Amino acid sequence: MDLEYSAAEKLFRDEIRAFIGKNLPKEVAAKVLGHKRLSREDIIGWHRILHTRGWSGPTWPKEFGGPGWTAVEQHIFDEECTAAGAPPVIAFGVRMVAPVIMKYGSAAQQQFFLPRILSGEHWWCQGYSEPGAGSDLASLKTTAVRRGDAYVVNGQKTWNTLGHFADWMFCLARTSTEGRSQEGISFLLIDMKTKGITVRPIALIDGEYEVNEVWLDDVEVPVAQRVGEENKGWTYAKYLLTHERVNIARLGESKRELRSLKAIAARVSNDGRPLIEDVRFRDAIAALEIELRALEYTVLGVLSAEAAGRDPGAISSALKISGSEIQQTLSELKMRALGPRALPHVPEALDAGWQGEPSGAEWWAALSGRYFNMRKTSIYSGSNEIQRNIIAHRLLGL
Amino acid sequence: MQFEFNEEQLALQESVRRFLTQRYDFETRRNSLAKPTGSSDEIWQAFAEQGFLSIGLPEAHGGIGGATELMLTMEEIGRALVLEPYLSTVALCAPLIADHGTDSQQADLLPRVAAGGLKLALAHGEAEARYAPTVRTEARRAGDSYVLNGAKATVPDGAVADLLLVSARMKDGAGKDLAVFLVDPNAPGVRLVRYRTQDGRSAADVFFDDVKLPAGEKMLGVGDATAAIERAVQRGIAALCAEAVGAMEAANATTIEYTKSRKQFGQPIGRFQALQHRMADMYVQATQARSMSILATGRCAAQGMEKGDEALRRRDVSAAKCYVGKAARFVGQQAVQLHGGMGMADELAVSHYFKRLTMIDMTFGDSTHHLAVVSDSILLESHT
Repeated sequence: MDLEYSAAEKLFRDEIRAFIGKNLPKEVAAKVLGHKRLSREDIIGWHRILHTRGWSGPTWPKEFGGPGWTAVEQHIFDEECTAAGAPPVIAFGVRMVAPVIMKYGSAAQQQFFLPRILSGEHWWCQGYSEPGAGSDLASLKTTAVRRGDAYVVNGQKTWNTLGHFADWMFCLARTSTEGRSQEGISFLLIDMKTKGITVRPIALIDGEYEVNEVWLDDVEVPVAQRVGEENKGWTYAKYLLTHERVNIARLGESKRELRSLKAIAARVSNDGRPLIEDVRFRDAIAALEIELRALEYTVLGVLSAEAAGRDPGAISSALKISGSEIQQTLSELKMRALGPRALPHVPEALDAGWQGEPSGAEWWAALSGRYFNMRKTSIYSGSNEIQRNIIAHRLLGL
Repeated sequence: MQFEFNEEQLALQESVRRFLTQRYDFETRRNSLAKPTGSSDEIWQAFAEQGFLSIGLPEAHGGIGGATELMLTMEEIGRALVLEPYLSTVALCAPLIADHGTDSQQADLLPRVAAGGLKLALAHGEAEARYAPTVRTEARRAGDSYVLNGAKATVPDGAVADLLLVSARMKDGAGKDLAVFLVDPNAPGVRLVRYRTQDGRSAADVFFDDVKLPAGEKMLGVGDATAAIERAVQRGIAALCAEAVGAMEAANATTIEYTKSRKQFGQPIGRFQALQHRMADMYVQATQARSMSILATGRCAAQGMEKGDEALRRRDVSAAKCYVGKAARFVGQQAVQLHGGMGMADELAVSHYFKRLTMIDMTFGDSTHHLAVVSDSILLESHT
């Protein structure tokens, strides 16, 4: 048992840190750290920079063009990128559809899609949820009817994240109504430029644009764009979820946000003294720091178990619950630190470079919106209630 | 970085678990509980024969293993709700003697600990201090001896110890602030008020009235003991965290079993989602508590004594005790809740787990105390 990074892991960290220090555009990092609006170019630009170094698929094995890092190295990479304010990895391509294509895709699919995910040529989005299929995803109604060499897809997807940026969508559609609802689903790869696709923004609680409804109206999808077998899509979708084991904890991001919370509490004046001197507020920070420490060492334990070739089981559900609650409390405390300055809604201050009045809005205006936005974390990726069901059934045998 | 335990460590934990399952089941434990001190000499001798009392001692004195082995053993101590003074003797006091005692003190005392002939207790906390490390008990120099006056409150295992390790403020210590004295509880001038604790163990309030102690023999080590005492308490906290982890895992397991067998409204109550989600939360907290227990043990075992290391150790040990204390309270309360009326009964193990878990939180600083330690360190950090 050794809690410290090895000499080799420290060297690896220094190499990552040096690369980020030299190559991450300062103005992009400032936007990320200040929760300002990011453009598609901000995100894809960083992805391309990483690609020049061979790091755009940090979780990928060497045979598909990834760096072949260990779980601990992937963790260090994520932590360094996040701490520096790098835009997030475009998860739907790199972390979600890519592992499915690697495991279940045809050779042709692998050769066509994987290099384009690495290079950033293809931005991916997800077509899972439907108005009537949320937690009960298997009840989805979007249909794919075989007609010659193509499926004709009809239906409505929702909560589609950044689909307005996307080139491709991986999509679950019903190809059979026989048997259990999980048994008639296929996993399709759909070009977003195909005729019949309509992307409509959903206005969100914080006034920002992040998710869409996607309407599919007689969309023709070549059969060659089905992953694996027909009616086996549920298996692939589940594989995708188990692959998202540790990242779901958002550890690196929360460590960064804790530092940011402390900086804000030191900056905000509380009747002429720094707010951080207020015992009640500081105790709330301390309680959160302790929760985050518990999450951190649980994540490190999972990484260590994976490195030793042990399967840590359904623990990702526990990481999801704790990680999302910590993200929410962090955003809550950052907002509460502002006191009455939590109230003003100044959306123009979310654009980088904005200077104006009310004074100071360029640093505080984003925080209340972020609090409202972060309520999503206990709802998405399987709500925390669903995660508790999973723990009860799979880990506790109830 | 790796958190895995090697095969020998896992085998040791397994052997402790097997021994306690066979020799320390709930009914056997009742026999210890029924004794006036809540402690069985027979069991203690069996621990010695198994080598459990040598864990973490220096190799020169017959010791085996280190901090990790001790942590894994403490988990089993917690799982079996062991009443005997294992933590005080093996996790708290023996390492303090090994770290800070003179060669002859080590050679005299440590083999006796390993052989089961010497139970130890740390008499450090005082009533007025509550959880603060303030020591008012004082030692004055008188010729070749020291004279001890003062009082210690709620010394864990103090009622069964053969030897007390007593912290005292030096009145004329020539650069020494705190010292630790080896005090025979039967020595003239020492008075013990012995009592049982809520969780079935024993403790004592100890009063010192002009207790005369030969300097070379009875004062532990030579230098100032402030840092040594702090480290000993931190190691005690790490051991308590591990004990709590074992107790929480067992409380969760017995709760799951109970909800699978108990039927109401025509079905096992474990099928109800409200109860399932509670048990999921209990599982999450116990799992993360184990991570914090590992963190605390790792920090205490690190040899680094640089300024930064010390601050990090203090902060992480307090973070661990705060988390584990809160988790212990939650798991204990909910385990009783989910057992319904049976959770209130003495005859089921769950009520005993609840009491032990509660008292672990109340020992060596509760979760509120340690939250304040972390909170104060955040303020310090903001000034730098």
